[in-house]
Amino acid sequence: MAEKFLMPKLSPTMEEGQISRWVKNEGDAFEANETLAEVDTDKATMEMTALKGGTLLKILKGAGESAALGETIAITGKEGEDISALLSEVSSNGAKTQPPAAEEQPPASEGEAKAEPPASAGGTTPKSETAQEPKDPEPLAQRDNGRLIVSPIAARMAADNGLDLKSITGSGPNGRIIKRDIEAAMESKVQDPRSKAFKPSTVVGASPFRDENTSKMRQIIASRLAESIGPIPTFYLTVEIEMDNVLALRKQINANLEDDEKISVNDIIVKVAATSLMKHPFVNASYQDKTLRFYEQADIGVAVAIDEGLITPVVRGANLKGFAEISAEIKDLAAKAKAKKLQPEEYTGATFSISNLGMMGIKEFTAIINPPEAGILAIGGASPTPVVRDGQITIRNIMNVTMSCDHRVIDGATGAKFLQTFKQMLENPVLMLM
Amino acid sequence: MAVLTIRDALNQALREEILRDEKVFVMGEEVAEYDGAYKVTRGLWKEFGDKRVVDTPITELGFAAVGVGAAMAGLRPVIEFMTWNFSILAADQIINHAAKMLYMSGGQFNVPIVFRGPNGSAYQVSSQHSQALEAFYANFPGLKVVMPSTAADAKGLLKSAIRDNNPVLFLEQERMYGNKGEVPDDDDFTIPLGLADVKREGTDCTIVARSMTVPLALQAAELMQKEFDVSVEVIDPRTIKPLDIDTIVTSVKKTNRLVVAEESHYFASVGAEISHQVMEHAFDYLDAPVKRLSTAEAPNPYAKNLEALALPDVAKIVAAVKEVCYL
Repeated sequence: MAEKFLMPKLSPTMEEGQISRWVKNEGDAFEANETLAEVDTDKATMEMTALKGGTLLKILKGAGESAALGETIAITGKEGEDISALLSEVSSNGAKTQPPAAEEQPPASEGEAKAEPPASAGGTTPKSETAQEPKDPEPLAQRDNGRLIVSPIAARMAADNGLDLKSITGSGPNGRIIKRDIEAAMESKVQDPRSKAFKPSTVVGASPFRDENTSKMRQIIASRLAESIGPIPTFYLTVEIEMDNVLALRKQINANLEDDEKISVNDIIVKVAATSLMKHPFVNASYQDKTLRFYEQADIGVAVAIDEGLITPVVRGANLKGFAEISAEIKDLAAKAKAKKLQPEEYTGATFSISNLGMMGIKEFTAIINPPEAGILAIGGASPTPVVRDGQITIRNIMNVTMSCDHRVIDGATGAKFLQTFKQMLENPVLMLM
Repeated sequence: MAVLTIRDALNQALREEILRDEKVFVMGEEVAEYDGAYKVTRGLWKEFGDKRVVDTPITELGFAAVGVGAAMAGLRPVIEFMTWNFSILAADQIINHAAKMLYMSGGQFNVPIVFRGPNGSAYQVSSQHSQALEAFYANFPGLKVVMPSTAADAKGLLKSAIRDNNPVLFLEQERMYGNKGEVPDDDDFTIPLGLADVKREGTDCTIVARSMTVPLALQAAELMQKEFDVSVEVIDPRTIKPLDIDTIVTSVKKTNRLVVAEESHYFASVGAEISHQVMEHAFDYLDAPVKRLSTAEAPNPYAKNLEALALPDVAKIVAAVKEVCYL
């Protein structure tokens, strides 16, 4: 029987996808798990696979076109099947401008459930998934056939405060709306009114301009960073670090390595940061409303610039890995990032981040925290600088590092102590053996 | 205030009540010449003699029945079971006679009796000697059930139990006899039956614990505070029946989350009763399903490692608290 093929959810934060290209053409048969199309999501180009075999009967969204989650993008079924009924259903729905969620969702949720497994099967979900789910604007009707699951106290608080439970995403098991979700909603209620998209007029006399559609990635960067600088009380700590020993160490290590294995200063910085985090649990933590979450390993997000913006692939458990492993992993992740082939679990769920603009001639800067992480290090370039040592002026390679700290988790002294450890280890890398 | 072991606090309570009321006497296996299997009655026989401290043969049903008869005749017996496991032999006297006499006699005969002894697990005494029987006895109307967790509670509650005009089952814990705590010097110090005690104040989660799980819950609470900044309230009902549900409900209304930690088995336990009553009286205040932690659903093992796995411990309580706090 012919079926609608709906836009599946291919990344944790995806709300709509753009068809990059169809791998199968109309009339092509396909097997289960075969790739039908490549879809640009907010972060990466993902392969959209079929859950079961069939024939691609009709493509409704061609390459370059976008579709919201759960929107019909194709019709599949048996070869030669009559699909006119499905087509007229789709086109009559499409005639309505933006079908209201409540009306569109019930059938969509069924199709969605079918379309979703390949997506989640394509990548193991990160460990902290349940905790991150609240951030995930999942269509509400998907939860248990649209029935809202609410803890009794949460229902009572919502009623007392005039909150619409339908507008709240639950962070408990099965999307259960719990007390902390209501508390979060009450806090954000004040700041909620999102400005409607600004439609400029082209009045003669005013400066001419052109509007370019923002890419998915740019939208996500904007909302994430605004989210960060708004509610997160950030402060900054800067430290000067003498890098001569690290540079010597790197030279020694690289002398024994093939060209494609050579490690960078940044690889060492990642390792040292991860090791320091293990000694300062408050920095490797996250503010979660009424709780602080402490992470047991250092999953370091490493900011990588790509053509359309930036992305922070994650080196998992960097505290447990050696320089060579970290180096190889970062090379691999950066290459994937540039090819837009990163899987969601490769760029989400870091516990701490590092942004290095040293190689671009930046001496010192501040970076913006990527929530829910509590801190990020902004690494400047190491440059030969006159310094006073034992009363003598001498030349040392000095690197400036600024840490942005989420003050809800990290206090001034806590952050300073972390930076002390970080500095000590970089200045005396032998301490890492301790 | 003196610092006493639970064992000595119980001994003081018995001695003071024997001195205070000539109707009070202690009876059981090895309670007299041997000073009690767990030395709770140490020195009492020497001080008060055969009439007040009576050794019995190994006949639980028999001496329980003698106790019930003595109570009907106006005395105030304190019957010691070497452990509550052996009370099962005397269950007919406890359930069918002590608990029913006032009702069956149309109010003619009160039975002011205390049955006491250690309940729950000990150290590797295996399945027949490790049972926690509070849920079993609390199920029957006519029986009060008391389970102290500190030296002061043990003393104050035992004195109230002896002075009570109805049957009271007083369930101690062998592992806890050596636990020390401050006990008021006042020899008329009592704690009323049916009154819970907040052992630790908190705002984010309530743990209801009794007997052996109280110190475990307090350790778990400290850990939650230190590692997760979660403030845990620990409530010890002290008396299982009548149950002071008001104190528990007041706490749950404040914290919205409840864990019950107990040493008995899971099915139809006192924790099940507490969970139900909280659901009934504080439904609108719950943020998570009530979590119960019990001994594994199996006869308690002899092997040390298996016994440790079967029983509640601090780590299990911490895990339960984290679960209801969605951590």
